[in-house]
Amino acid sequence: MPSISKPVATHPSLQRNELGLTIRDYEGSMSTLCAGCGHDSITAAVTRAFWELSIAPHQIAKLSGIGCSSKTPTYFVSGAHGFNSAHGRMPAIATGAAAANRDLVYIGVSGDGDSLSIGLGQLCHAIRRNVRMVYLIENNGVYGLTKGQFSASADIGSKSKRGEPNRMAPIDPVRLALTLGATFVARSFSGDKEQLVPILKAAVAHRGFALIDVISPCVTFNDHSGSTKSYLQTRKHMIRATETDFVPPANEILAHISSNGATSVTLHDGSVVHFRSVPLGYDPKDRAKVSTYLDRHQDSGEILTGLLYLDESAPDMHELSQTSEVPLVHIPYETLCPGSKALEELQEEFR
Amino acid sequence: MKNTDVRDPAYFHKVVDCQWACPAHTNVPEYIRLIAQGKYTEAYIVNRESNVFPAILGRTCDRPCEPACRRGRLDGKPVAICRLKRVAADLRGEISHLLPKIPKESNGKRIALIGAGPASLTVANDLRPLGYQVTLFEKQDKPGGLMRSNIPSFRLPEKVLDDEVNIILEMGVDIRYNSPVSSLRSLLNEKYDAVFAGTGAPRGKDLEIPGRREAAANIHIGIDWLESVAFGHIDSIGKRVLIIGVGNTAMDCCRTSRRLGGTDIKVMARRPRAYFKASPWELDDAEEEGIDIVINHAPKRFVLENGRLTGMEFERLEWDAEAKKSRVIDTIFLPADDVILAIGQDNAFPWIERDLGIQFNKWDMPVVDETTFESTLGGVFFGGDAAFGPKNIIWAVAHGHAAAISIHNYCQGLPVTVRPQPRMSLITQKMGISEWSYHNDYNPAARQKMQHVDLMRRFEQLNIEVELGFNPEQTAREVQRCLNCDVQTVFAEKRCIECDACIDICPVQCLTITADGEEKEVRARLSAPAVNPDQALFASAPLPQTGRLMFKDEDVCVHCGLCAERCPTAAWDMQKFDLIIPYAGSPCSTPSVAMHQ
Repeated sequence: MPSISKPVATHPSLQRNELGLTIRDYEGSMSTLCAGCGHDSITAAVTRAFWELSIAPHQIAKLSGIGCSSKTPTYFVSGAHGFNSAHGRMPAIATGAAAANRDLVYIGVSGDGDSLSIGLGQLCHAIRRNVRMVYLIENNGVYGLTKGQFSASADIGSKSKRGEPNRMAPIDPVRLALTLGATFVARSFSGDKEQLVPILKAAVAHRGFALIDVISPCVTFNDHSGSTKSYLQTRKHMIRATETDFVPPANEILAHISSNGATSVTLHDGSVVHFRSVPLGYDPKDRAKVSTYLDRHQDSGEILTGLLYLDESAPDMHELSQTSEVPLVHIPYETLCPGSKALEELQEEFR
Repeated sequence: MKNTDVRDPAYFHKVVDCQWACPAHTNVPEYIRLIAQGKYTEAYIVNRESNVFPAILGRTCDRPCEPACRRGRLDGKPVAICRLKRVAADLRGEISHLLPKIPKESNGKRIALIGAGPASLTVANDLRPLGYQVTLFEKQDKPGGLMRSNIPSFRLPEKVLDDEVNIILEMGVDIRYNSPVSSLRSLLNEKYDAVFAGTGAPRGKDLEIPGRREAAANIHIGIDWLESVAFGHIDSIGKRVLIIGVGNTAMDCCRTSRRLGGTDIKVMARRPRAYFKASPWELDDAEEEGIDIVINHAPKRFVLENGRLTGMEFERLEWDAEAKKSRVIDTIFLPADDVILAIGQDNAFPWIERDLGIQFNKWDMPVVDETTFESTLGGVFFGGDAAFGPKNIIWAVAHGHAAAISIHNYCQGLPVTVRPQPRMSLITQKMGISEWSYHNDYNPAARQKMQHVDLMRRFEQLNIEVELGFNPEQTAREVQRCLNCDVQTVFAEKRCIECDACIDICPVQCLTITADGEEKEVRARLSAPAVNPDQALFASAPLPQTGRLMFKDEDVCVHCGLCAERCPTAAWDMQKFDLIIPYAGSPCSTPSVAMHQ
């Protein structure tokens, strides 16, 4: 009888991380997405990033909304917490979860439909609040689950599988996030794990909202010759604008400083994002310069990838709200909710 | 790196480690699948085609396939291939209708075979269906050669041996018992069209140390002694027995001694255990029977009292780390009633006159071509232990097949060097969406352990077979351990869109898409380092989108087919590889790929 579950067999040289776990311990269920879906490659990158960072699975919370992309949290770290929300409402759930337990690592996985159409408002406010989380947009330009209609990220002129061109202007999540004051903005490609894995690791370490827009070709509805988000098109037009290394806290930085204006950003946990190369005159810490640079490249058809903007100085949601250092979930219920007598006393003060 | 040429049958053949390691290239995965389906007769026939003696080899084979088995590199224990072979042989049904048809008319060619062992019998098996008249000369009054004389009946029951030898004799072989060939010259004078010598390596090595001649009555040459036991000339031995040497013959000698009256039996080895020649399982079986295996003892002299052997003196040795140099610690005496020498065996050709045109090399072995098995005298061929010294039954079978091709060519007036080449067929196993024709999941079951007859009972008679064979539950579990390495991952680079799906899903990280380079350097930068240089690294042609290459390290691929399952463009496919092995009578010039779908 044929089986499509992943064999338990492993490579004899399989390595273990600091927790003694192998990368297989960070896998989830078998994907039921179409074979060749870019989302599965992103899943593999997320799996690798968490394993390499040696984060205990039970310290991770994975959240999603509705769509092909939103199925993917099932396919990584099956030992993590998970929440599959209503369509477009994942940012609100993540905000609530982060408010209640600031100790977990939050990763939200969304798509161009879930985040740029029905959930656009939710996304904007999560950015505003600077909720500490990794926010992945698996961006393929189409509604895959409903047979390939254009999404809000489809480029003007990009053709559907049946040949009609898209006429409406796209929403670019990267430029949107910059205008909303996002503190970590990156773009990558599902077919480039070499770039994506370090960006994911930096996003986990970042104290604040980390948006990663990942071009993730829809192999069934948007991988044809007229598409601007196919594997071939992305490979042809992708430019690694910045190249970064993520260096965990205790490691010494030995990266080569290139003539392309290398710079480093130290994160709050002591880890360092090292920009090996950035374009001439580009400063990934200067929002205005990054915006100008992106604007300049908007219409050329180039897909700029890399960690494009990083700001470690802005306060995150907990700092803004001045909440307790101790996660609310760890504070006894009686302290959190002192009862009706205490409420009456409080109200009395205002009478 | 050079792009891998998968149209050469050797590439996929090598991936099937067991079949590659087997000298006769038995199609192991195919017959294991047939056993799994309960098709024992068909499994037996698949076996018989290449190894001719499945029931015999299912008990006695040296199993070159098992150390090679890919499963061993995954969980440490290879599939119990040999035991499964026995299951097929024990449970098979009627096979006479499935055997090669023997033509009524002779083709007019007469072949003489010398020695009715596995090599000669294989030649007869291959040539009779082509109409050759085959005359087989045997010095004993029973056929089988070493399989009868040197393998004790508690390992290979006489009936099992008789059955498989008779299948060949019943093809119409003119066998002449009690007919040792004492002169090749007179045999050649009988004008056979070709002569094949499968006379084995019949001379056991002696140990010329003091006391050897004086104590001769109680010192036996291992293979001669086993032969005397097999033919009923010897039925007892002293209580205290020393076996000198620690190869498989030594194991047969000590266990036979145990059954003929020996109670205190020691196998004496010069070197540490890691350097023993005996197969590990034969050592285990001997130790289970209470045999003492003593290491680091070098024989010094036989000790006699009143003209009778009382024991032996040994030097106790201390070896360096590689067991190359030794130092004598002291000398000790071990009492013994009998000593059996099992320190190797030599060839002997007193019956070949040296002026016939057959060249002999400096070890007094005939010069034999390694491919054609022809000697320097046209029309005279050698095979089995007689060709290149002592090996195992399965090698004799392989030699027999190759020699039969040469004899056929020789008799048809073709050069023996023009040989039919192996071919292959590749057939997709995809049956539909998520449907494969084979059992592609990985069963983590442990290797099944062979059950043995009770220790108390097995010594009652010499011919009680010790191994009971696998029971149905064990068989069912063991067949599922096979990885179906013959169901190959076949890659069509033109279709690849480099989506990484196969790389992401592979449970054993054997796939990588990366830039080309020198093989050694590429091996170091794969998804998992390819550290086993004996296993091939597949390299595709440049991929359409980026010009990078698809690499596959064959080392620990479990053939689960998930790469093909997750491939959106069917660039990967699982195709069953069937090696079409040439035998005598196969056509010489045909394309190497029979089918490619």
